[in-house]
Amino acid sequence: MILLKNNTLFLWPSDRILVWVLRFCAVIAAMIVFLILLFLLNESIPVLKHVGMSRFFFDSTWSPTEGLYNLLPMLWGTLFAMVGSVLIATPLGIISALFCHFYAPKPIAHIYRQIIQLLAGIPSVVYGFWGLVVLIPLIGQIQPPGPSLLAGILILTIMILPTLALSADASLANVPSSYLKGSAALGLSRWATIRGVVLPAAKSGLFTGVILEIGRAIGETMAILMVCGNVVQTPKNIFEPMRTLTANIALEMAYALGDHRSALFVSGLILMLVITGLVICAEILSRKIIYD
Amino acid sequence: MTKSSCRKERLVTSLIWLCVLLISAVFFWIFGEILWNGGSKLTFDFLTLAPKQAGRGGGIGPILISTLWIVGVAMAVSIPLGVGAAILLSEFKSSENIFILLIRRSLDVLAGVPSIVFGLFGNAFFCKTLGLGFSILSGGLTLACMVLPILIRSTEEGFRSVPEDYHLSAAALGLSRISTLWNLLLPAAVPGLIVGIVLGVGRAMAETAALIFTSGYVDRMPTSFLDSGRSLSIHIFDLSMNVSGGDPNAYRSAFVLMLILVLINALASFTANYFFKRRIITV
Repeated sequence: MILLKNNTLFLWPSDRILVWVLRFCAVIAAMIVFLILLFLLNESIPVLKHVGMSRFFFDSTWSPTEGLYNLLPMLWGTLFAMVGSVLIATPLGIISALFCHFYAPKPIAHIYRQIIQLLAGIPSVVYGFWGLVVLIPLIGQIQPPGPSLLAGILILTIMILPTLALSADASLANVPSSYLKGSAALGLSRWATIRGVVLPAAKSGLFTGVILEIGRAIGETMAILMVCGNVVQTPKNIFEPMRTLTANIALEMAYALGDHRSALFVSGLILMLVITGLVICAEILSRKIIYD
Repeated sequence: MTKSSCRKERLVTSLIWLCVLLISAVFFWIFGEILWNGGSKLTFDFLTLAPKQAGRGGGIGPILISTLWIVGVAMAVSIPLGVGAAILLSEFKSSENIFILLIRRSLDVLAGVPSIVFGLFGNAFFCKTLGLGFSILSGGLTLACMVLPILIRSTEEGFRSVPEDYHLSAAALGLSRISTLWNLLLPAAVPGLIVGIVLGVGRAMAETAALIFTSGYVDRMPTSFLDSGRSLSIHIFDLSMNVSGGDPNAYRSAFVLMLILVLINALASFTANYFFKRRIITV
């Protein structure tokens, strides 16, 4: 606080400039979000005006060159891939964190954390490429064609797992050690301690991590584009190819013009609003102390 | 402990070890695949030559240069902005001031925005509205927006690690704010800043979706910041998706990209340690 407070020792004119420069930097940084919203809105308004929001859900299909704008198959695709991957990654991520804290000997926990951190740093194209050359042929052997919802779910799982594990690790580290000592004094077994004491105490941190992961799973583009086959359809089983909202933007933006381009911005706007909602949820959850 | 609960305990323990082994196996599978197929056939020529036949032959020379320029632009813009914002934010406790609270919340949202949405925004704002077209500059500026929240968060941590006493003592000595900042706060915050920069560079290097419609696909050697340039990650994407027979070079490019990322990380932890030992403030 001292740095910015007005006081009688305000001798240097350069100081006053400094304060304004800092404020300027912060305002620019904060404005970016509003600029993004503004530009998404600005680009999507033409199509919203003369096509209307409802046709994005009730048109017969997605065929923007013929003026048909049904986004539902892509929305379902995004939703299925997200739900599948979050359902698999959440338990695995929490188990990873539990392993580091309660099961692994110290050196192994250290190495394992390093592995998770390296996994978190792998670029999404590399995951996508790996999925393309390894995962898809494997799935193709079980049930052709290889590119499918299942491939998308698996790749997304591998991608969101490390960050989820790291955030779960951090929230487990926040559990007060007195809780652990208390449960040890009561003679609880390791698993009973985890289930009855550690997990409830870390609940809000874990939930926050999961919500942020949902955001990442929804927003992921490249890896899922590379492994899902990108057919516009609502997948009926996990072996069918499908297309997500993000992949749709990435695929069609290159040649989209006029209303088509606007329609892609509408899907961008939907993504942006969903993510904003999730971030707000995470914010509210992280402030709540459930176990007191 | 009863017999059944003992059995349950053993069951849970083995399940947890099994999951961890599975995750580690997947990790080694991915790294092994890229290392084996990319690292074993990597030559020095690959790093310097221009790509031939849409990338099937030749190397990645111009692509490395474009990537460097894009990331350079992104960091040159985001570091000053981010450090400025981080200093301001670190001087306030959260929820103290509505203006600061608003800035914080909008940065939280910015950190969650999907990269493809950054791509849309960059295309509409930098390419179209500002008229920069598909260029290294547009791509770099888009990435700058993207890495800003990460950069600010860790730099702010760095500034927060300076104890309150130092602020007070500096004020009592009548130091100007600029010299307080320069001589006291900045040196103490350097480790946080470096971590932030590294995370930012890592994210920028890895990014693909935000760059496809901002920096473009052209794989020639860039001559100015207004030229379109293809980044390494886009090159991998293009080789594996659009070029049949591009897989061998995609492996090599993926290997180079991961190698760069690992090197940056190592460098960062080294410098952070170095500054950590040299600092005058004990936290």
